[in-house]
Amino acid sequence: MIIGETPLPAGALGVDAVAMTMRFGDFVALDNVALKVRPGTFHALLGENGAGKSTLVKCIMGYYHPTEGDVLVGGREQAIANPKDAHALGLGMVYQHFTLVPAMTVAENLVLARDDVPAVLEWTKEKKQLAAFLARMPFKVPLDSRVSDISAGERQKCEILKQLYLKRRFLILDEPTSVLTPGEADEVLGMLRDMVLGGDLTILMITHKFREVMAFADEVTILRRGKLAGHGKVADLTPDNMARMMIGAEELTIQPARVGGVGEARLELDKLSALDDAGAIAVRGVSLAVRGGEIVGIAGVSGNGQRQLVEVLAGQREAESGEVRVAGDIYRASREEMRRHKMSLLPEEPLKNACVGGMSVADNIAFREFDRAPFASGGWWLNRTAFRDDAEKKIAQYKIKTRTPDTPISALSGGNVQRTVLARELGGDVEVLIAANPCFGLDFAAVAQIHAEIMAARNRGAAVLLVSEDLDELLELSDRLVVMFHGQFVYEARASEADLTEIGRHMAGH
Amino acid sequence: MADGTIGLWTVPLAVFGGAIRVSTPFLFVSLGECITERSGRINLGLEGTLVMGAMSAYGVSYLTGSPWLGVLAAGVTGSLLGALHAGICSLPRVNDIAVGIALMLFGTGLAFYLGKPLIEPTAPRLPAIDFGWWSDIAQLRAALRINVLFLIGVVLAPVLYWAFRTTRWGLLIRTAGESSDAARAMGYSVLAIRLKATMVGGFLAGIGGSFLSLFYPGSWNEGLSSGQGITAVALVIFARWDPMLCLWASLAFGGAAALGPALQSVGITSGYYLFNAAPYILTLAIMIITCSPKRTLTGAPAELSITR
Repeated sequence: MIIGETPLPAGALGVDAVAMTMRFGDFVALDNVALKVRPGTFHALLGENGAGKSTLVKCIMGYYHPTEGDVLVGGREQAIANPKDAHALGLGMVYQHFTLVPAMTVAENLVLARDDVPAVLEWTKEKKQLAAFLARMPFKVPLDSRVSDISAGERQKCEILKQLYLKRRFLILDEPTSVLTPGEADEVLGMLRDMVLGGDLTILMITHKFREVMAFADEVTILRRGKLAGHGKVADLTPDNMARMMIGAEELTIQPARVGGVGEARLELDKLSALDDAGAIAVRGVSLAVRGGEIVGIAGVSGNGQRQLVEVLAGQREAESGEVRVAGDIYRASREEMRRHKMSLLPEEPLKNACVGGMSVADNIAFREFDRAPFASGGWWLNRTAFRDDAEKKIAQYKIKTRTPDTPISALSGGNVQRTVLARELGGDVEVLIAANPCFGLDFAAVAQIHAEIMAARNRGAAVLLVSEDLDELLELSDRLVVMFHGQFVYEARASEADLTEIGRHMAGH
Repeated sequence: MADGTIGLWTVPLAVFGGAIRVSTPFLFVSLGECITERSGRINLGLEGTLVMGAMSAYGVSYLTGSPWLGVLAAGVTGSLLGALHAGICSLPRVNDIAVGIALMLFGTGLAFYLGKPLIEPTAPRLPAIDFGWWSDIAQLRAALRINVLFLIGVVLAPVLYWAFRTTRWGLLIRTAGESSDAARAMGYSVLAIRLKATMVGGFLAGIGGSFLSLFYPGSWNEGLSSGQGITAVALVIFARWDPMLCLWASLAFGGAAALGPALQSVGITSGYYLFNAAPYILTLAIMIITCSPKRTLTGAPAELSITR
């Protein structure tokens, strides 16, 4: 700041991005985008994955230097060279991934975030000041608990509190509710909205949830493929208008109708328990039967044992006790059993859990069958032509965007990695399908395709277990819905009769 | 005991005295490694640092006549080796464990090369404080001759424990070790923090080396270290990255190492080599008892390449 210049106005700050263009080599991530966030408003930034939302806010925060364009803070042009400059102006950001240190206490995390951490801390004094600060805040968090011991909702509150503790007046939130129950999301956003109405704060929230935009935002800006696709007052728009602006004229795969009756129980869990990496019990004696021609959805906030449950079914983790039966036989996730029972798996983070990143798309597609005819002779001599032919067929059928079948799979986008796994897992006959957050972080086109494939597998008679943190996805696809909390199934309902508030209450453990 | 002998009491007394003498290098290297690992990096090169420290301490002590200048020189040499490790590890896609092994070989090799002329001469040694002046039992007096470096190490452990909790530097080192994303989001340079932590770690490991050449065994030769540096790195793991536990683990290790010589001194010579293996058997036993395939280590800094 220039000395002698009049200081920025007190209270909520407005931020404008003018004619922002950001190029990474040949790739244009942002193309002449304008964003106007007026002081004291709650502004939503909508767009698909890869639309340029994160790039835009990172340009505002000084993580990236835009190729062209300016940032105006409080109506004045500011050169923001790095995040420290942005912080000095009163701009703050809450990241999608938590930036709290899990092994430290809440108090340590808050104090550490300050710019003026003293060399030796007087904890008695610091704690007193923190308690006084918390007393003025709408959220409560346990100061002496370690961050790893508090719930995701409390962590998100801590992240926001940290920004308020640092006296930010313009706050960017990147998908702040992705790990919260609907109830927690409403609580956090409602409190932030009150602070905005009080004139202390301006909020720019990146999201893809229309429900939250409609309920909390004043204005919205929509990006599509790096370009401004629309903006306006939320009151003048409907979710349909906004969805159109987000996806443009792209054709989405149409999901087949729910047809066919349920059959015999295919996948049965009997008092199954499993431990987490720290050796604590994560899955507590759960029992469930999934029948053929049925999708059973498991809802729950992340970290309630779903991951460990899926890992046991995938063969990545040993069960502590209890058993899994498939078509009446004991199932221990051996390759032979998976093949015999035609098990398919769509794990979360497919690049990590279902692919070998450095191997080609063709090799990754062949994992299930590579040691049998026609891919191998005698179980060991591999026939590369057969790999290639099969891969080319599936790449076309599943619309996988890759340069060649020999490209390493880690070079593909998230949507195309998941399409590749989809081609491998659902390309043949399927009797049991286990899917965990199959659409996390993917764009509309990939989501529509994956949902259509899951529904088609169900209609062909497969037993589907769908674990997801996205309630809308579960309500859309499931026949039955189970809520998982603290490693146990605490609630079950037919999806057609399920009540969102009831489910949300059980997800939060009430 | 009018005749001045104390019979079988020699054994626990010798183990006690040995624990203090043998544990000092373990203590310094493990405290140094504790600082480095809490910042998110493993420096396996501390074995090389220890030997380089021993050589440079002996050399400087011989040339200047002051053992304390030797200790300082050992620390400075150690921090230079630490800076080298951290500098190489700052480059993209460099594995800290591979660099550590390379520096371990480099440090020992360089020390042997530069230390050739130091094998013959005798350098002034570090003084010890005679806590056993009140007794006239020779063994007790020997056991209670305690070196100042050991006392410094004993004070250092609780100081580090306190510093990790209540100082800005302690919190920053832990942040870099637990979540480099968090540290970066706060605007701190993770590489700079790790550089400093590795240099301090090297400084302490160098001092540990100076104890070897300037007090016990108290000379410079190529067989001086029997792997204390690398064992101390393992010590940090089962001390769960806690400086106070590093102190207790070092003492237990020193005591186990003193068992063989102590038994020999009362005439039990059968199984001498077996008793000499006691520290390593202790290591294996602790590893087997505390490890489980079903869970990850508690207390491990999340950014370490072995836990990530």
